[in-house]
Amino acid sequence: MATEDVKAKTTKKKEKVAPKPADLALDVASQEMIARSREMEIETIFDRAQTMKPCNIGVQGTCCKNCAQGPCRLPLPKSGIEGKDTRKGLCGATPETIAARNFARMVAGGAAAHSDHGRGVAETFLAAARKETHDYSIKDTKKLLEIAPDFGVEITVEGEDGQVMDRDIDEIALEVAEKALAQWGQQQGEVMTVKRAPAPRYELWKKLGVVPRGIDREIVEIMHRTHIGVDQDYENIVEQCSRAAIADGWGGSMIATDLQDILFGCPYPVKSSANLGILKEDHVNIIIHGHEPLLSEMIVQAAELPEMIELAKKNGAKGIQLGGICCTANEILMRHGVPLAGNFLQQELAIVTGAVDAMVVDVQCIMENIANVADCFHTKIITTNPRAKIASGHCLHIEFDEHTAFEDAKRIVQTAIENFPNREKEVIIPDQRHDLVAGFSYEAINYHLGGTFRGSYVPLNDNIINGRIRGIGGVVGCNNARTMLDDGHITVIKELIKHDVIVLTTGCNAIACAKAGLLTPESAKVFCGPGLAEVCETVGIPPVLHMGSCVDNSRILMAATEVVKAGGLGNDISDVPVAGSAPEWMSEKAISIGHYFVVSGVYTVFGVTFPVSGAPVFEDYLYNKLEGIYGGMWDLEADPIKHAHKMIAHIDKKRKALGIDKARERVLMDMADRQKLEAA
Amino acid sequence: MSKLVAFAAIQGAYNIVSKAEGKYKRALETYGGSQKLEFPNTAYYLPIIYSLTGMEVTDLDSARRPLEFARKLLPPHVKKDCHLPYLGPLLDAGMAALFAEEIVEAIRYVEDPDFYQPEVEDPDVENGKIWLGAADDAIMRKRGVEFVDGTAPGFAAIVGAAPDSATAKKIAEEYQQKTIYVFMAANQNGTTFTEQLIEEDVQIGWNTRLVPFGPDISAAVFALGFANRAGMAFGGIAPGDYKRQLKYQKDRIFAFVNALGDVNAEWAANAAGCINWGFPTIADTDIPEVLPTGVCTYEHVVANVGHDEMPSRSIEIRGLKVTITEIDIPLAYGPAFEGERVRKDDLYLEMGGGKTQCTELVKMADMNEIEDGKVIVDGPDVTEKKKGDRLPLGIFVQVAGREMQEDFEPILERQIHHLINYAQGIMHIGQRDISWIRVSEKAIEKGFTLKDIGTILHAKFHQDFGNILDKVQVTLYTKDDAVDELTKTARAEYKHRDERVEQMTDEGVDLFYSCTLCQSFAPNHVCVVSPERTGLCGAYNWMDCKASYQINPTGPNQPVEKGECLDPKYGQWKGVNDFVFKASRQAVEKVNFYSMLVSPMTTCGCCECIAAMLPTCNGIMTVHRDYTGETPSGMKFTTLAGVMGGGQQSEGFVGHSKFNITQRKFLVGDGGLLRMVWMPKSLKEELRERLIKRGEELGVPDLIDRIADETVGTTEEEILPFLQEKDHPALKMEPLVG
Repeated sequence: MATEDVKAKTTKKKEKVAPKPADLALDVASQEMIARSREMEIETIFDRAQTMKPCNIGVQGTCCKNCAQGPCRLPLPKSGIEGKDTRKGLCGATPETIAARNFARMVAGGAAAHSDHGRGVAETFLAAARKETHDYSIKDTKKLLEIAPDFGVEITVEGEDGQVMDRDIDEIALEVAEKALAQWGQQQGEVMTVKRAPAPRYELWKKLGVVPRGIDREIVEIMHRTHIGVDQDYENIVEQCSRAAIADGWGGSMIATDLQDILFGCPYPVKSSANLGILKEDHVNIIIHGHEPLLSEMIVQAAELPEMIELAKKNGAKGIQLGGICCTANEILMRHGVPLAGNFLQQELAIVTGAVDAMVVDVQCIMENIANVADCFHTKIITTNPRAKIASGHCLHIEFDEHTAFEDAKRIVQTAIENFPNREKEVIIPDQRHDLVAGFSYEAINYHLGGTFRGSYVPLNDNIINGRIRGIGGVVGCNNARTMLDDGHITVIKELIKHDVIVLTTGCNAIACAKAGLLTPESAKVFCGPGLAEVCETVGIPPVLHMGSCVDNSRILMAATEVVKAGGLGNDISDVPVAGSAPEWMSEKAISIGHYFVVSGVYTVFGVTFPVSGAPVFEDYLYNKLEGIYGGMWDLEADPIKHAHKMIAHIDKKRKALGIDKARERVLMDMADRQKLEAA
Repeated sequence: MSKLVAFAAIQGAYNIVSKAEGKYKRALETYGGSQKLEFPNTAYYLPIIYSLTGMEVTDLDSARRPLEFARKLLPPHVKKDCHLPYLGPLLDAGMAALFAEEIVEAIRYVEDPDFYQPEVEDPDVENGKIWLGAADDAIMRKRGVEFVDGTAPGFAAIVGAAPDSATAKKIAEEYQQKTIYVFMAANQNGTTFTEQLIEEDVQIGWNTRLVPFGPDISAAVFALGFANRAGMAFGGIAPGDYKRQLKYQKDRIFAFVNALGDVNAEWAANAAGCINWGFPTIADTDIPEVLPTGVCTYEHVVANVGHDEMPSRSIEIRGLKVTITEIDIPLAYGPAFEGERVRKDDLYLEMGGGKTQCTELVKMADMNEIEDGKVIVDGPDVTEKKKGDRLPLGIFVQVAGREMQEDFEPILERQIHHLINYAQGIMHIGQRDISWIRVSEKAIEKGFTLKDIGTILHAKFHQDFGNILDKVQVTLYTKDDAVDELTKTARAEYKHRDERVEQMTDEGVDLFYSCTLCQSFAPNHVCVVSPERTGLCGAYNWMDCKASYQINPTGPNQPVEKGECLDPKYGQWKGVNDFVFKASRQAVEKVNFYSMLVSPMTTCGCCECIAAMLPTCNGIMTVHRDYTGETPSGMKFTTLAGVMGGGQQSEGFVGHSKFNITQRKFLVGDGGLLRMVWMPKSLKEELRERLIKRGEELGVPDLIDRIADETVGTTEEEILPFLQEKDHPALKMEPLVG
């Protein structure tokens, strides 16, 4: 489709004075690039957020456009509702039904995104296991052996003489690949990885009937149920949301993470840096943006080829600099230390530096407008995924196929290099980059809490029990142009760590933390309460642990499960002093993630806005009633300080329930105590 | 501040591993790869490496793999800014250092074979040979029992030296009083804690729990290796199962490090290694602290601790409670002094020992007859005697209580030996009418009088046996005629008792007793003790268990209804089977009390003797743990113990006490004592009288002379002609197997 001249230039000056860049973004690099975009009259999301306000009714979640008789708009009157709520859509749908259906479709959208990503990984994994591709292979056999039993795959075989022997690793890989891929299309039974949850959690889900049957099936069923005239009971709709969300967090996302680790290596702590300052004026700068590591892994390899570096030099550059945006960034950071260029709201701003020779994108969170911004520069936008093309601007599509992955990647890198001499505008790279340490898979945390021989989550639990650490915050999620870039993230997190809450982060929140210097071990002393600071010093970790991309929120689930297993903090995730948060969320994926956290027993607070305010009964169901069912519930708090304190209050509530709200006495063991020790 | 610790320790680990590699290379060049590498008389190869990785180091060639493993474990150095996490790497570095040091120490045995004295309990201080090195297995098992029964809850690994020798003495004595072993290694600018103690005339060695392992920091591996051997021997932990091994250490071995003096990088690496065990470091200098808990039970590194509070802070940091009874005597008192000798030069006065009579007797008395706490000294006291004098002594203890029984008298009486020995500067040998007490000059200087013996017995009897007795009165006779009178009474009493015990049979009682005393250490094993099968550790007979149950009804000795007899020949009862099945967590279904061939009893690893089958000779042999030589079974005691530990039934082998050998039911299912074809000479001598008596009962009065020993041979082939020549009864018995 032709979109000829929808160039990003702002047409008319508005009368209203635009907010200062310093009020739009927390980090100086973004501020500088917003200013530059204005000088160059290039329109970005920061401008559009001023000129276009969100839909008043949609924001309440009570606009229904699921049939052509509507859209039916059921706003909540400003004065609220006195007496009986008589609002109805044409078909009679109540605000609760409408908001629940809209909510459900967001879960479906989010779960579909993660899970389709997972499916792609599983397909690549299968291709690798079948040895149909030479570009991918089994890198982390240890992890393969660890997860194989979860898929019911034997890792040993019985020899002729009855001797137990190790099974061939290729055979294991192939069976795991087939079983894993089967989780998507499975129609009956249970998604196998769901059983990884702590036993009481799994039993609860079974009792409630929300164990997902197959990943795709639950998503499809949401779409069916939310069609006109199907499920018109918000509680029943939420139940289906739970199935789909569990199928995402404990299924599609988790399988994606695991198989990615096996193909590309399980992440371990790695040093790198973040923000637009990682771009180099004299280098070919390639931004990898999107979500899947399948392509980016190949690009990382391709960019290291001597022939490519040679080609770069031939084209007048000193070398090749890769930088990531969004979760692709996190994937290649975690495994290779490739620096982070920025998070979601910086994708246009990166191009505004004039230094980006190519921005390679795959799927999810890629703003169409990057094409328009790129058209103002020499930057080439290269789409690579058949599922994600861009009609705006002049994008190049180089399709990426797992069977020819490395060749495709080389073509992409070569295209970028050859674009280096075409730089026309002045290159202005903000002098902003911060060091960071990332790479905290739950396996890495386990190792770093005790080494090869004593690795376990016990020290974490122990320091939660003794109160040095108050609890765990899982703070994740997107950026949202309706609020100052990164301000919510950083304010919430600083408030949490100040109160000794250790933070696990993923996604764009992690990148925000990196830019703010919170992913350095040194930050512990500056920002943490004394207890958390001491623990960070002991282990040598930052107070905020970067666990990966948004698909890797499954790592947080596994970390929470490990905490439960390590003992002393209850029997289920809902007993642990933990709270979840997405201070600047915006995507449907965030809703799916939030919901799988909630049904896993975690109190989860979202910032900015939440599309249920037009349906108070449904809102109350999500914010309060769910706690009685799942032990976790939703909440909204736009003020980041209050947001953090709601989490802290929940953590304290859990501490009290565990009886660890008081100082722990030192237990000194005498002979009788020692004899009572259980058998080892 | 942990970063500084990590930085230093990782640096230190690099140094240690590199030095070890150099030493290894030189040794390889000098001796060749087939050069044997071992800690003499130990069963677990190089025990740290073996217990944690399963790698068996037997020679220089096989040491290559663990050394390479150590190198691989070394983490990257800690960067100054934005460093990566270091706790895990730090612990790995420490482990790498210990693996390397264990190999270094093993090479030392090759290079300088006389440097350590592995087989002695007390070093030869006079000849300047003060370092013991790795405890041999006999010592480890003997001392291990103390860890098992709680008389030694743990150890302090002291590295370096105190600022002066008086402080060293003070610290050592405080640990002794707190019943904690002191394992010494390393030096501070050439000065060692051990030499400081020698300077202060403190007796060092296993007997006083002040163990001089070695002068270098690498000797720390002997302490940790000791702990891990205990884990394998008593805890039944499989080699290579590092998770369970280290958890066992953290939960059950209450050890810690005291770093005295400047802590260098290599010490830091060793301290980091110890944290893997859950053993924290307490230092007297201003080193960076690591206070958060987790890998250790409480703090990991605590600094700036004054010498006065070092022992008490250390045990608190390790999470240990030590209850010491304050006894109102002028001497230090505790189990650590039990093995302390009073040498000729130190001797002030002695009682008994052949030169004068010394007799002990405990008798039950009527409640109204005695006065609790009364101590009568009838005759001259030690203070009235000159140095070098002698006295006769009669210790007559009368006890009364509603729960007191005549059967408990010998049990109480047996306590006198160690209770008196616990006093510093007093040495007690023997029992009954062959007792012998030596009093040192130092004790006299401190104000010891005979009354103190009474004070000790009164206090300790109340403390340990408070449930069965209410009153204790002690009379100490030091006049010849009174002592003779008591001796006469006592001898009649002993005879009466012995006859009673002799007459007790398994058939004559309904209850046996379980013994789980060692479960703090050997959690997978449970003993059942019957009148004719005493506890295999030699420490507990049926009567002891019965008394123990009465003293502490919820304690480690519980009655077991023996129930229906399922097999009188092999000694199998339904009630016992049910109990063992449950207590072993369904691992052991049935046990035979009188057989080593069919469903024998399990062992905790601290048995006094192990019997094994000798098929060629159609007989059995037994070996006690003090005998370190080869046996006709093809295995030394330590190897045998390794085969049997861990609560598993091993048919063809059984653990038993020395006393059990001459009990009537000894392996009667397999043919009884007449099957015995080989015993170490020293064991034969120890049991001579009883063996002769039992031989007479069995119709072979010279049985003892027909049993071969190591002077005859240590293989079946060597001893068989001897047995044939002596016409050993086993040769004519029905075939042992099949």
